[in-house]
Amino acid sequence: MTLIKEQDFGTPVSSAAQTVRLTIDGVSVSVPAGTSIMRAAAERGVSVPKLCATDSLQSFGSCRLCLVEIEGRSGTPASCTTPVAEGMVVHTQTGNLKKLRRDVMELYISDHPLDCLTCAANGDCELQDMAGAVGLREVRYGYDGENHIHDAKDTSNPYFDYDPAKCIVCSRCVRACEDVQGTYALTIEGRGFDSRVAAGPTNFLESECVSCGACVQACPTATLIEKSVVEIGQPEHSVVTTCAYCGVGCAFKAEMRGNEVVRMVPYKDGKANHGHSCVKGRFAWGYATHRDRITKPMIRAKISDPWQEVSWETAIDHVASEFKRIQKTYGKNSIGGITSSRCTNEETYLVQKLIRAGFGNNNVDTCARVCHSPTGYGLKTTFGTSAGTQDFDSVDEADVIMVIGANPTDAHPVFASRMKKRIRAGAKVVVIDPRRIDLVRSPHVAAQVHLPLKPGTNVAIANALAHTIVTEGLVDEKFVRERCDWSEFEGWAEFISQPHNSPESVGPVAGVNPQDIRSAARIYAKGGNAAIYYGLGVTEHSQGTTMVMCLANLAMATGNIGRRGVGVNPLRGQNNVQGSCDMGSFPHEFSGYRHVGDDATRAMFETMWGVALDAEPGLRIPNMFDAAIDGAFKGIYVQGEDMVQSDPNTEHVVAGFSAMECVVVHDLFLNETAKFAHVFLPGASFLEKDGTFTNAERRISRVRKVMPPMSGKADWEATLEIAKAMGYPMSYTHPSEIMDEIARVTPTFAGVSYGRIEELGSIQWPCNDKAPEGTPIMHMNGFVRGKGKFIITEYVPTDERTGPRFPLLLTTGRILSQYNVGAQTRRTENVLWHGEDRLEINPFDAENRGIRDGDFVKVQSRAGATSLRALITDRVAPGVVYTTFHHPSTQINVVTTDFSDWATNCPEYKVTAVQVAPSNGPTEWQEHYAELGKANTRIAPPTAAE
Amino acid sequence: MSSYSAWDEKHAGEIIDGLKSTAGATLPILHALQGAFGHITERAVEMIADALNLSRAEVHGVVSFYHDFRRELPGRHVLKLCRAEACQSMGADALAAKAKNALGVDWHGTTADGRVTLEPVFCLGLCSCAPAAMIDDKLVARLDETSLAATIAKARA
Repeated sequence: MTLIKEQDFGTPVSSAAQTVRLTIDGVSVSVPAGTSIMRAAAERGVSVPKLCATDSLQSFGSCRLCLVEIEGRSGTPASCTTPVAEGMVVHTQTGNLKKLRRDVMELYISDHPLDCLTCAANGDCELQDMAGAVGLREVRYGYDGENHIHDAKDTSNPYFDYDPAKCIVCSRCVRACEDVQGTYALTIEGRGFDSRVAAGPTNFLESECVSCGACVQACPTATLIEKSVVEIGQPEHSVVTTCAYCGVGCAFKAEMRGNEVVRMVPYKDGKANHGHSCVKGRFAWGYATHRDRITKPMIRAKISDPWQEVSWETAIDHVASEFKRIQKTYGKNSIGGITSSRCTNEETYLVQKLIRAGFGNNNVDTCARVCHSPTGYGLKTTFGTSAGTQDFDSVDEADVIMVIGANPTDAHPVFASRMKKRIRAGAKVVVIDPRRIDLVRSPHVAAQVHLPLKPGTNVAIANALAHTIVTEGLVDEKFVRERCDWSEFEGWAEFISQPHNSPESVGPVAGVNPQDIRSAARIYAKGGNAAIYYGLGVTEHSQGTTMVMCLANLAMATGNIGRRGVGVNPLRGQNNVQGSCDMGSFPHEFSGYRHVGDDATRAMFETMWGVALDAEPGLRIPNMFDAAIDGAFKGIYVQGEDMVQSDPNTEHVVAGFSAMECVVVHDLFLNETAKFAHVFLPGASFLEKDGTFTNAERRISRVRKVMPPMSGKADWEATLEIAKAMGYPMSYTHPSEIMDEIARVTPTFAGVSYGRIEELGSIQWPCNDKAPEGTPIMHMNGFVRGKGKFIITEYVPTDERTGPRFPLLLTTGRILSQYNVGAQTRRTENVLWHGEDRLEINPFDAENRGIRDGDFVKVQSRAGATSLRALITDRVAPGVVYTTFHHPSTQINVVTTDFSDWATNCPEYKVTAVQVAPSNGPTEWQEHYAELGKANTRIAPPTAAE
Repeated sequence: MSSYSAWDEKHAGEIIDGLKSTAGATLPILHALQGAFGHITERAVEMIADALNLSRAEVHGVVSFYHDFRRELPGRHVLKLCRAEACQSMGADALAAKAKNALGVDWHGTTADGRVTLEPVFCLGLCSCAPAAMIDDKLVARLDETSLAATIAKARA
């Protein structure tokens, strides 16, 4: 194993179709027009010395090291900024050039500390390399002149240091922040000799920096460097793997020293991220070795008992005997399990197989129940496939980007950077969101239209958009006639044209100016390639599925589907939530979204698995809690999901778990759910196992083991043992064999194997005989279901209403530095940016209630109450309050209700009527829960060996 | 002599609003704010960034690039001594030392009584009449010890 070093071609690739032929150092080369001489040379294996150029950034021409000579032209132009021309004859090495480069390097080194041996970048420093390349042997100016060697370091960022003494002011960091990340947090301060990189007028931590790491990656010296490299030293080998945070699924090189991660560096060949990263994937991986990790199995008779550490064998036997006892006493359907959208496809597939074949029922569900289940149902019904239609690269060709109920800059930051790049290049933006998210307005990005709708009025707004499109004659009739069912369209068009769907009727209901709705519709329908990107603000509503169907209707009516630059794209939350759904995690579906009631499919599985399968769908998550409280559901195997914190109406969830007799939690940490568990099985982080994750663009990417599992077992190995102990042995020696079985039983995965992923880098399903290299864009030549289906989408207001007692609407979301329940990010330095959940409230509502910024406030709904501190901001409109759900001490889901989507039971997290009032501290529930938490997480000291 | 209003966010906002639609608005706004308040405060940087949809860092980069944009309020008078080659050849260095000594400040410093700020400048373009200086908006040519002392005395009076 060695360190992977991607070649740096110096300047970006040119996409021109026309090619140009030229001669470089006597060799004839042909490259696309617009290519720089530097890149043309690099492509034929000649590396011209360079410092300020790197191929993720446009050329800049400041370092003056890459000079070349061109026959027939005077002077020595910079090869990075000079494009190739037909017949050009270039020399990259002449006596004159050598002398010039050495002179330039001499000037650089006259103001650079000569501490290479003790420098953290020793061995990974382009300045060092270039000094070697140009043959620098002396610095005639000496080192006593004016210099920056004693400039103070800025170590305020928890993950990287800035040492100006080592800076050569090449501006790569500043340009990376602007071009790649799109935050513009860095600048060159001062001028001339005083020019320094600065994070604005403050230090890095207090600046606008979002800690994505692009600047650190771009830095050719030790000026911006990871603290972990300073501490540990240079890595010696790297393993390409996939990030375990959000649904973007960035490819990373885990750069290792033995079994220790030195740093995670985004992988240039990663097709989802193209070498970019965010603060979570790049830096917040320290949780994997956090001292809170539980590495030994534990059991206890009652949840009030202290935990007893036991062997794997004892724990597994206990699980099997308890589950068998429960099934014997309460019936076959009294147990079930939850697959994890944080675990691999292979692990997810095994858990659902264990439940269907081993438990003998279909009581399996997954966290997608509480996020994107409406996406699955809605898109399957309308288009025929339960997934987003595009790859991420498609956004480069979008002319209109419509973002609905999603906050990509916080929740899908790497993709948001791609979006922002496209927006800066001229794409129009329409944002439909109750909050003024960054895509509405942030440096160099401004939405053409923002519809700050009242939470819960999505369907009304979408209908008003469609109404405008239909009644103003903006329908793409040719597309609809060709690709959709015309009579269904006509029925829909008649419905949508009714006056109650007009912007003028909907505007007052949704709290939005009708003219803005009309403008948004016109931009979407007539602005060229229009792409919809949406998040949980669409799905987590009582009409979540309806809204997904509304979006499908909009795309079909305007012909914005089935090619690059358009589509309907759910931004999926968890790293493998797409995969867990694909793998058959829902109670009604086998892998590949085939209903358990379908006799042919079930018969195939019965043959493959050698056991009779239940034709009836099993319990969904909320039904499991209801059944538990009714006494019918007594045992559950929860792999990698913290339901107590993440599911709505916490008090109900806690009551459900408390009524069970055997709760098995398989996780990295003693999370909130583990407080109600009888068995704890230690999980393995993504660094400790092999497998695959499937991201939001249906891309299946490899997860590769970089260190042995801390508990001795990867999660899939533990599941195998449970199956064996339950009397349904399964035999796999490596996750690749599980994938082979998935490919055998799932038509959309037929062409997927680890060998094939190795060849292609990653694969977007469907991948089979019809699409042997996978499918970047869906529905290109017709919808998967045949004709696109228009569905009538009547707006039905949620039963959750504001009134005199609960006059405000609470909606929830995520923040950049924290991830979902926070089990991982709370155990990293990311808490520096977000140490607690805050309630965002408009100044008007705050003043009415006598609330000052930072005051403790109590948020009370019909379901419960919690308290947290207020943040006064006009990001939220009057009447709306907002908070994140990352911290168990807040537990905002005590407040959310158990209203849910009509089709899929996806909870209505995004709309809760609340009252907000000043408070003195935690609510009764918070105090009670804190006490309970303490009591339920005691671990007994190990007993002395006999 | 310059007199500046105390920082007033509302007034600053009006200045910014009045100029934000002009092409390349950053510099005109910075000039107007410095004209009104004598210096560019951190809050002003934030307000400009917000109005023009730029980052704070970008505005900070511009402010710090130009020496004439001040981050702190200057003295009542600003004395600039030309430091360029022609003036140096005519004895500007010695005069600069005298000025620093007389005022008791280094470059960019303001006297304890808040009367005078001393600045170097490259260059005033008065090479034919070197050494040159500038007190507030007024140029002083063929500076010598006497005229320097007189200029300082007048400024401190």
